[in-house]
Amino acid sequence: MSGEARPILELRNVVKRYSVGRGLFARKRALMAVGGVSLAVQRRQVLGLVGESGCGKSTLAKMVLGLEVPTEGEVLIDGRPIASLGRLERARLVQPVFQDPYSSLNPRKTVASIVGLPLSVHGEGSAAERQGRVEEMLRLVGLAPRHAAAYPSQLSGGQRQRVAIARALILKPQLLICDEPTSALDVSVQAQILNLLMDLQSRLGLTCLFISHNLAVVQMLATRVAVMYLGRVVEEGPTAEVMVHAQHPYSRGLLASVLTPDPSLGLPETGLGSVFPDPLDPPPGCAFHPRCPLAFDRCGVEAPLLLAHRGNARAACHAAERQAMAAA
Amino acid sequence: MSDATLPKPTAPALQKKRGRILGNPGLVVAALVLGLITLMAVFAPLIAPHDPYVQVLDDRLIPPAFVDAEMSDPRYLLGTDNLGRDYLSRLIYGARISLLIGLLTVLVSGVIGTTLGVAAGYFGGRVDTVVSFLITTRLSLPVVMVALAVVAVAGGSLRVVVLVLGLLLWDRFAVVMRSATMQLRNLEYVAAARSVGCSTPRILLGEILPNLVSALVVVASYEMAQAILLEAALSFLGLGVQPPLPSWGLMVAEAKEVMLFDPWVILLPGLAICILVLAINMLGDGIRDATAPEGRS
Ligand SMILES: Nc1ncnc2c1ncn2[C@@H]1O[C@H](COP(=O)(O)OP(=O)(O)O)[C@@H](O)[C@H]1O
Ligand code: SF4
Ligand SMILES: [Mg+2]
Repeated sequence: MSGEARPILELRNVVKRYSVGRGLFARKRALMAVGGVSLAVQRRQVLGLVGESGCGKSTLAKMVLGLEVPTEGEVLIDGRPIASLGRLERARLVQPVFQDPYSSLNPRKTVASIVGLPLSVHGEGSAAERQGRVEEMLRLVGLAPRHAAAYPSQLSGGQRQRVAIARALILKPQLLICDEPTSALDVSVQAQILNLLMDLQSRLGLTCLFISHNLAVVQMLATRVAVMYLGRVVEEGPTAEVMVHAQHPYSRGLLASVLTPDPSLGLPETGLGSVFPDPLDPPPGCAFHPRCPLAFDRCGVEAPLLLAHRGNARAACHAAERQAMAAA
Repeated sequence: MSDATLPKPTAPALQKKRGRILGNPGLVVAALVLGLITLMAVFAPLIAPHDPYVQVLDDRLIPPAFVDAEMSDPRYLLGTDNLGRDYLSRLIYGARISLLIGLLTVLVSGVIGTTLGVAAGYFGGRVDTVVSFLITTRLSLPVVMVALAVVAVAGGSLRVVVLVLGLLLWDRFAVVMRSATMQLRNLEYVAAARSVGCSTPRILLGEILPNLVSALVVVASYEMAQAILLEAALSFLGLGVQPPLPSWGLMVAEAKEVMLFDPWVILLPGLAICILVLAINMLGDGIRDATAPEGRS
């Protein structure tokens, strides 16, 4: 990654710990939601972030948006630490599209005032100019002018997500954070929203951090993919490389779930069992070892580092390292 | 993507809401009764047939026609009181005092309670600890006794009654607003507003408060009824609004002496208090039901 231009987003060993109380008298304990993540997103790239529910994807997104402060490490946007940015400055750089379009739109506001809010907060243009830009934005995301006067309750889930996308793009941010933007939608609508995002990405040259628990969805959009497990990135690389020969057993499990005949039938079958570990009590060594088909003695003792073993991808796995050394 | 591929907006939410309001007879009746009392209060000088303060000592305790048709006097539709003042006019002017005290008290207590509750719910942490302590402290005070003591020391007047009740009745506002704000704070549209660059005051006023309005109206209605009852009680004990103001509570007190022979003198203002408080409570219940989310009314 060296030698490339300055990344729009850079995470340097970012850690987020929550202290959670368990019961009335139990002592508070530290929950490691994100456990030391380093990632970079280059301009016009889409980085897909995948992993099971609870692995820390949303927490990571919130830290990039400045909604949560990292316990350790640094988030840099366009080379500048996010903590040094004012709220208006930050808003011009990063904007979110959240998962649930039913709770991401204020039910008491019209579509026009939701999409126009960023403009009025930033004091951009006259009221008439703002209205013009809102209409233009609605057209861009495939909504009709008549939707401007509607309230969220009058819209379908897909239409609401279009409104959320319009709100996120109206400030022309450098970086768009999509946190599972389709997983609360009907399957038929998911494809529409994905198509819209792909279309916008190529037309506007968006840089995007795209979060999903579904590798198939990420594959459609992402230039690079990062796979997360229990707060850590276990594999990261160009989409094609990760999809074709994943090095980490967990990535391979996710891929297997994509290849099952009808993923919409229910929970993806990873072939890994369904025991996601308790984040309050993570397994020692490689956190994945209780579920790993390749685990050997070293795995329960020593945590693997995220290293390049082959090609342009990096993986955190002792077995992958052994394999690479055997091949060399 | 053309507009034709999009589903049309779902059935207009407004129509549904209107259906819910009209389908609730309690709410409609309560609104009508309250509207009538409010009109009466506002236009009292135009409606009242007599001056409520003028004493005609020759016309004392004339009963209304429905009590004693022979003794009644067509000039006094609801009779006269102990001092020969027209009872109907006093009742009409009394509505002013009850509503004024109810509204002003709710204004004071609503501002205090909502500010505390929203701050506690939104900021959490130490702010919440302090507010929760204030709420607990307030809840440990017996309202009636404190009100009696303060009014006894400070002297009864409309202003003192409003201030004392306003400073005592904010707890329910604080409790309800606190928990409602805690729920709203975690919704994604608040996160979106923060991401867009909204300041904290803008989030509180623009995103949180508009979603608290229906809960606020419900609490306000209960507290208003409460304030009206307490004013009546204080005035009855001679510690509230002072004579010759025609407070309904005061009218009940003044009727005490003659109630054995002329029970209607005490019945009419008592009934007025009852109807007003009932209507306000029914309105609050109705609004709560009409604004409840689908399937949870
Ligand atoms: N505010 C919070 N307080 C305590 N724990 C939290 C908080 N937010 C998230 N967590 C925990 O952090 C972990 C990661 O959560 P999250 O980032 O939402 O995962 P994902 O988005 O991948 O499903 C979970 O175990 C979750 O319970
Ligand atoms: S390090 Fe060991 S346990 Fe972890 S994924 Fe690799 S082989 Fe499996
Ligand atoms: Mg999530």
